[in-house]
Amino acid sequence: MNIEIEELAKVFGTTRALHPVSLSIPSGALVALLGPSGSGKTTLLRILGGLEFPTSGRVLFGGQDATGLSVQERRAGFVFQSYALFKHMTVSENIAYGLRARKRRERPAEAEVGRRVAKLLDLIQLPDIGTRYPNQLSGGQRQRVALARALAIEPRMLLLDEPFGALDAKVRKELRQGLREIHDRTGLTTVFVTHDQEEAMELADLVVVMSMGRLEQVGKPDDIRAKPASDFVRVFTAA
Amino acid sequence: MPDSVLSRPVPVTTEPRLIRRLLIGLALTFVALFLFAPLATVFVEALKQGWAGALDALRLPDAQAAIRMTLTIAAIAVPINAIFGIAAAWAITKFDFSGKAFLITLIDLPFAVSPVVAGLMLVLLFGANSTLGGWLIANDMPIVFAFPGIIMATLFVTFPFVAREIIPVMIEQGRAEEEAALTLGASGWRTFFTVTLPNIRWALLYGVLLCNARAMGEFGAVAVVSGKIRGETATMPTMVEMFYNEYLAVAAFTLAAVLAMLALLTLLLKSLLEWRHADFLAATRRH
Repeated sequence: MNIEIEELAKVFGTTRALHPVSLSIPSGALVALLGPSGSGKTTLLRILGGLEFPTSGRVLFGGQDATGLSVQERRAGFVFQSYALFKHMTVSENIAYGLRARKRRERPAEAEVGRRVAKLLDLIQLPDIGTRYPNQLSGGQRQRVALARALAIEPRMLLLDEPFGALDAKVRKELRQGLREIHDRTGLTTVFVTHDQEEAMELADLVVVMSMGRLEQVGKPDDIRAKPASDFVRVFTAA
Repeated sequence: MPDSVLSRPVPVTTEPRLIRRLLIGLALTFVALFLFAPLATVFVEALKQGWAGALDALRLPDAQAAIRMTLTIAAIAVPINAIFGIAAAWAITKFDFSGKAFLITLIDLPFAVSPVVAGLMLVLLFGANSTLGGWLIANDMPIVFAFPGIIMATLFVTFPFVAREIIPVMIEQGRAEEEAALTLGASGWRTFFTVTLPNIRWALLYGVLLCNARAMGEFGAVAVVSGKIRGETATMPTMVEMFYNEYLAVAAFTLAAVLAMLALLTLLLKSLLEWRHADFLAATRRH
């Protein structure tokens, strides 16, 4: 599903987190929002997910105005920076949460919930951890469980806030590959936030470079490397 | 030789033995003198005329009325303050709004104000000499020297306990888990019951127990507001005082002992719950 962002702005009190920004994300793309902290990338992601509401501007999902949709109605799979797994639930219960939260009419039977959880555990290649609690998992495992939990609701898009931020370099490389594979297999439009230019360049089809609440440049990784639109982009993307 | 060096236990303290014993002795003396001795005295005095004397004291209609009164107060005030405490903590920790600092100060107000002053405020506001109080009495709904006043005084004095216990826990939890639940399609209520409440349940339990102990034990505010009418508005703590002033030592101490046992029971209940859920607590402790 394609996402259109039209003149979106966000003001927190007296600070302008986002100047009016416009962006077009094609269906099925894997997009990186790249920028230093305070560049507005997380605000933009949270607005897409319905966790923040814009001061002005519109968001369109698949051509339909989604600006006023509540977070529940968006059906966006969201992976949080520190994963935000439910500590008091097992991995299986975490993954099943979104299915069990559905209205009775749309809720799958318990057997079906179990089947889907098992399938998702297979997808993240951790088939045997269903009965464990989040604090019994490694950082990389937690990230993958958070991904499975977000995928369980059959989301219309996947939004990830610094998905690799809390991991060490080796695990990060593996999981990058994992995200790419899951993206390719599900075909979901995927937007992730990162401050790591290498990560953005290696993983994304489309990189959106942000700074101070503005879009500095939007383009394919190679194009951004070859033709940086500003000094900021040149310096920030030169590793 | 190296083996013996390794296996020798390393003392965790470096002070000379004499100092250590002195300090430990001092601490134990303090505990014995100021904690156990008074508690023991209450029970010893209560049983001065044997079990029969204590049981006779408990059969006094005034004592029974006071016990019923105190239990009723706790049964009403504690659930109300648990709900208000959760609501206040939820508003303060999960939302940003102006006047938040003021609200936090307001929650602490009952701790800062002397309970007697709190009681007096209610008397001034709802007493027979005020317009509002006069109207309420004329319409047969007295608040001061009656049950509603006692409940209000108890609510005021015990309000901070639940909120104060929960707020730090909720701040530490942050909002991410609630936000995750919302993105997964859960409604606000479902999020509260399946995510927020399980995360704060131990702090909530502790707050409720403290709130309960204070609700049953409150003296100052209730003494002023209730008027201490025997058999009608007297609570256990105020009844203890009245018995004592009438030289009914056994009755006073027996009632005091029951009050102390109610407090010990709540603490026991908490320990029991923690012990029964020790495994679960360990497994789900914050990583």
